[in-house]
Amino acid sequence: MTDLFPFLQAAADTAGAYHAFPVIGSRAATWIAAEVHLMFAAFVLGVPMFAVITEAVGIFTKDERYRERYDRLSKEFTRLLLVAYSATAIWGAVLVFFLTTLYPRFWNHMTEIFQLSMWIYVGLFFVESFTLYLYYYGWDRWNKGRAKYWHWTLGILLNVWGTAVMLIANGWLTYMMSPPAGVTAQTLPSEVGLWNAIANATWMPINIHRLIANAVFGGSIVAAYAAYRFLAARTDEERAHYDWMGYVGNFVAISTFIVLPFAGYWLGREFYEYNQQLGITMMGGFMSWLWILQAFLIGVLFLAGNYYLWIGMGRIPGAERYRPYTKWLLIILILGVIVWSTPHTMIASRQELEAMGGSHHPFLGVLGVMSAKNTAVNLMILTTFLSFLFYRRANKRPVAPWAKQGMLAQWIMFAIAAMVVLFFGVYGYFVSAIVRIGFSVYQVLAVLTTIVVVTTLDIFLLRGAESRGEIRWGQMPERSQYALFILAVTFTWLMGLMGFARSGIRQHWHVFEVMRDTSPDAVTPALGYASIMISVCVLIFLGLVSFIFWLSELGTKPAEAHAPAAPAPGAGPATAPAPGD
Amino acid sequence: MSEPTPGARVRFPRLSPAELRAALRHPFWQAVALLVGSYVLFKFGVRYLPPLLGMKSAPVPASVLTQFMVTALVGILIYVSDSEDRWRHFKEPIHAGLVDADKKWIRGTLLVLVPLTVAFMTYERVRPSLEAGAQLRSIHPAPPGTITFRGKTMALAGLENPLRQQGNLADQLVEGRRVYYENCVFCHGDRFDGLGHYGHAFNPAPLSFTDPGTIAQLTESFVFWRIAKGGRGLPSEGTPWNSAMPAWEDFLTEDEIWSVIIFLYEQTGWHPRTWGEEGGADAQP
Repeated sequence: MTDLFPFLQAAADTAGAYHAFPVIGSRAATWIAAEVHLMFAAFVLGVPMFAVITEAVGIFTKDERYRERYDRLSKEFTRLLLVAYSATAIWGAVLVFFLTTLYPRFWNHMTEIFQLSMWIYVGLFFVESFTLYLYYYGWDRWNKGRAKYWHWTLGILLNVWGTAVMLIANGWLTYMMSPPAGVTAQTLPSEVGLWNAIANATWMPINIHRLIANAVFGGSIVAAYAAYRFLAARTDEERAHYDWMGYVGNFVAISTFIVLPFAGYWLGREFYEYNQQLGITMMGGFMSWLWILQAFLIGVLFLAGNYYLWIGMGRIPGAERYRPYTKWLLIILILGVIVWSTPHTMIASRQELEAMGGSHHPFLGVLGVMSAKNTAVNLMILTTFLSFLFYRRANKRPVAPWAKQGMLAQWIMFAIAAMVVLFFGVYGYFVSAIVRIGFSVYQVLAVLTTIVVVTTLDIFLLRGAESRGEIRWGQMPERSQYALFILAVTFTWLMGLMGFARSGIRQHWHVFEVMRDTSPDAVTPALGYASIMISVCVLIFLGLVSFIFWLSELGTKPAEAHAPAAPAPGAGPATAPAPGD
Repeated sequence: MSEPTPGARVRFPRLSPAELRAALRHPFWQAVALLVGSYVLFKFGVRYLPPLLGMKSAPVPASVLTQFMVTALVGILIYVSDSEDRWRHFKEPIHAGLVDADKKWIRGTLLVLVPLTVAFMTYERVRPSLEAGAQLRSIHPAPPGTITFRGKTMALAGLENPLRQQGNLADQLVEGRRVYYENCVFCHGDRFDGLGHYGHAFNPAPLSFTDPGTIAQLTESFVFWRIAKGGRGLPSEGTPWNSAMPAWEDFLTEDEIWSVIIFLYEQTGWHPRTWGEEGGADAQP
């Protein structure tokens, strides 16, 4: 028995650190649980933002025709949330069980530091769930007068609780990426202050990035839901309603998506600031090819979003006058995607390498650096904004006396922004890195300023504008709805890919340079393997979400599921407003 | 349509200028022309046009060509389908080719051509070859947190070139020049472009320091690490490296390496990336 003792002791030590998960292994199991949980979490955080904004539009609009329409839309979003909340909680529980059983040593470390925040997290989740129940089940009861404002307040509270839950969880995961200065492998977890651990270097950039990304994600999933209902619609009214809903979802997704790259850039900057190794591993090291994949996916998003708008112009009287321009917008977008996805270090055979004189192409190599990439993405954002502007004013004729001057000012703003972006893009090749990085700020500012000023001008310009005809909601080709599906799938896949990038750059650390990963899975997986894992997670998530879509229809009465879209006499589906009006 | 008499030469229909203009306005033929034009531009234009303007170029690697063509194809499909009229016109010849009685020969030709093309592509992919596969190299691997230089541990993060703070910069440049011309010039070349006498023997070629994607993107500590540890000190990620660069710590002192770094930046006109305030995500694959 005594001979066995050292062996048992060693076995006990090993077992204390890691346990194995059958067939797919601990890492794959935890990866799937974490990723699918995160996707559901993004959904249940993004959709309430949506619901509360559309409910507010319904409450505060002066036009009676739209009041019920927006209210119904908001309620429909919230109905999707009920089951999604359960799914989020279930996957969260799976993740916690996997972490406690498969990575007990690591989990001990985390709980010793974060236990108080974990209790608060659970409490908030509890409150959040019951706020949701009140919000949904009280919809019809608190639908008039002052009670409606209280109901809307519940929606706001739902968002507040959800955001607080996210901020806490972000504190845990960013601690793993960028533990506070002074925390080393020798530091006892009990010596790490809770607030110090939460408010680490990458916490706030991730908070902002995720907040925006959740709105984008929520919008795209809602749009996909609308697309599914549009394709399954039995009546013109239904088609009109879900066409409109798809447009609203896509509008929110694309308009919030436009600012997402700036938040991502800030996060990337913080990684570099925190640790050069993290930064280079992410952008220039073995993960660098991940960004080419990302560039492709974001290219797909830009193209699909614009494609949907351009097809949609087919159902707007007056949009014909903008038709000739869309091909030029398309050319800019395609050139942008080509530039953005051109790798600096190219995959090449030995003969090709020899002909190029290395891994950098002597001519195309100039497209591989950030000057070219920033220029391309900023021009793509400007182009998408212009597409939206065409769409928005397609059926309107401004009557303001200063309309001509106003539109000229808008065009001048666009031209100046494009010139600023191009100038700094080209000039960036002739200055040092430190100066060049500063240029990206000028490019971003030029684009954002243009978006804000042109939108503000447009609101006043189109106030009281004459209509060239009502939008023919529902008269949308079916292929446009597949663009919405593509957007949802791409956003979901992109979320998985970026999650891998963020988490993978820690390499063989559970907590970067504090707690080493000594499990058999400590090796950082190759991009091919990661792509398969991400695809599995996306399939699981979308499969479950499709089930939720089906459930939401199953749970409604036939009359409600196929209710006429026109809520008020004379207010046909074609009169529904476009967001931003 | 009359059957051709046996033995007679097949006459292809000739298009009048008006018919040609009409075909060029047709979305289907526009799409075909755009696709072919894109291929010609990416395959031959990128290779041969820049030299006409005095710029260097080279053939586009197959991986990048495929990437560009996929993007072009997506763009063309969006163009033909973003309006209902254009989409309907675009589908007309396809529909006619698949259904019309007088287009039987098109269906027959496609029935032979498509499987043959697929078979040829499959053959090209699976046939045994002595050629090494396409490689994905990471030019700027992540540096380790610390390195050991001749027994001395050096933390790379935040490390500055100490010679910039001591002595006379002109003296450092003289020393750097000596080190470069005694050790580096043979591969990296007199013009710092990777075209030294021995450089031609290596594939991939030694790095060109004049390229804006090499030392212009890096901190001096990164360059120090690469010179000190050479090809064999590269991390396992992103292998195979195929780098023949020696680990210069075996031949040069710490000061000699720092001085040659000063010389490189001075001669190429680049400024080393600095620590702290800039920090941005500026590196790219």
